[in-house]
Amino acid sequence: MINIAIQILIWAVGIIAVVTVNALALVYLERKVSAHIQCRLGPMQVGFHGLLQTVADAVKLVSKEQIIPKNADKVLFILAPILAFFPVIVLFVVMPFAPNLICRDLNIGVLYVFSFASLEVIAIFMAGWSSNNKYSLLGAMRSVAQVVSYEVPLLLAVLAVVLVIGSLKMSEVVQYQHKIWMIFLQPAAFLIFMMGGLADTNRSPFDIPEAESELIAGFHTEYSGMRFALFFLSEYSNVFLVSCIATALFLGGWYGPFVNGIHWFVIKVYALVFVMMWVRWTLPRLRPDQLMNFCWKILTPIAILNLLVTGVVLKLVH
Amino acid sequence: MPLSIGDLIFVCFVGITFAGAIMAVSLKNIFHNALSLALTLLGTAGIFVFLHCEFLGLMQILIYAGAISIAIIFAVMLSPPLSLKPKKRSVTKVLVSLSVSTLTFVTLAYIFIRTPWPISANADAGDFSATHIGEILISRYAFAFELISIVLLVAILGALVIAHEEPGDRRLDPEISLEDERWAS
Repeated sequence: MINIAIQILIWAVGIIAVVTVNALALVYLERKVSAHIQCRLGPMQVGFHGLLQTVADAVKLVSKEQIIPKNADKVLFILAPILAFFPVIVLFVVMPFAPNLICRDLNIGVLYVFSFASLEVIAIFMAGWSSNNKYSLLGAMRSVAQVVSYEVPLLLAVLAVVLVIGSLKMSEVVQYQHKIWMIFLQPAAFLIFMMGGLADTNRSPFDIPEAESELIAGFHTEYSGMRFALFFLSEYSNVFLVSCIATALFLGGWYGPFVNGIHWFVIKVYALVFVMMWVRWTLPRLRPDQLMNFCWKILTPIAILNLLVTGVVLKLVH
Repeated sequence: MPLSIGDLIFVCFVGITFAGAIMAVSLKNIFHNALSLALTLLGTAGIFVFLHCEFLGLMQILIYAGAISIAIIFAVMLSPPLSLKPKKRSVTKVLVSLSVSTLTFVTLAYIFIRTPWPISANADAGDFSATHIGEILISRYAFAFELISIVLLVAILGALVIAHEEPGDRRLDPEISLEDERWAS
């Protein structure tokens, strides 16, 4: 009993440490990538090449005043950032970093990931609604509409992958790819998944929920200090998690040339994160109607077709 | 009798479910009602997991807590602003909803009382894996499965009809869209 409790404690501390350090690293990376894409230098002052800049920012955020708008729904306003952070922590539980580095290798791991990821939307809506601010509410409504829509092609794409592998267990999903990565068997599913992932994390070109030029900051306009930081943490952790899931499902997880192990997983994840940042700083934002049309009239039919073809081929092969 | 950790967890989940359900009908703010409903659905998912139906529990979270409650919250957004004074409910409406809920409660209670608990374990009663549920869903319960798809189809058609109404013809009634979500569930 006490052993299990200690184990859970160690995992919890480990996960929170990884989440925090990773988010700091990703913010730094984003600022540097965006700077170099725009022919700037980015943060240079704090530490070597600005390495400590995000640490300084984090300290600033922690010490800032927590402002609650006068007519806000206080309980929901305080709960929302915590709830937004909850799926992030929970999702790390089934991530297959290495053959023996999975907190819990559930039989239905893939399903677990997507069911808890869908809870994020409720927190975003709570934040937008409770702020009592029109920009927040508009941002939240856009975000929810977008996430709910893009979940459809995303889940259909994952379904095709699961159909091929025949298992929902994360470790088996990765083990299936020790000869050939899923991206070569299911290229369409991979592209759909990455687009759905970009939309789910509210990142450009699907960032209309927080379109700065129209909505200030979307659903977290009214948040300050550590509550704002929690939204930021969960946003960057979501970017990381989408890359993790894509790596496990499509890029062969911990398999790679020479020695298999966690280093391959991490390399692939950060490569995907870099691609997501690259996309963000090179593509313009979509208009809301274009965004919905793209999802329902292009992505979803392709995803259904992909699923159908996968099923037929599997039936013929077996 | 000392409570084991398992019992404690069970009591927690039942408590969450009950608290959510009570808040869902008693709170005055309709947005809070919708969120409480989501809490109840999460509690139910917890009970499913406790009963070793992890698959059903996750499906409960994915479909009900993640999708249906969001659809309901969206419907809430279409309702009149909360700052306005709500209209008084008509007596017929109250009576109709009262009779429907009473009937549902009586039926469920009747079934609960009649069932000999605990239900004897059939050959496959303990198997709640995704594979097994998938198999019996398209073999033994194929009729129910098809029936549900017809209900969903009708809900989609209804949504199309509402969406295609001429602008200015009739105001979008928030209750119709709420009704749709209930159908879809």
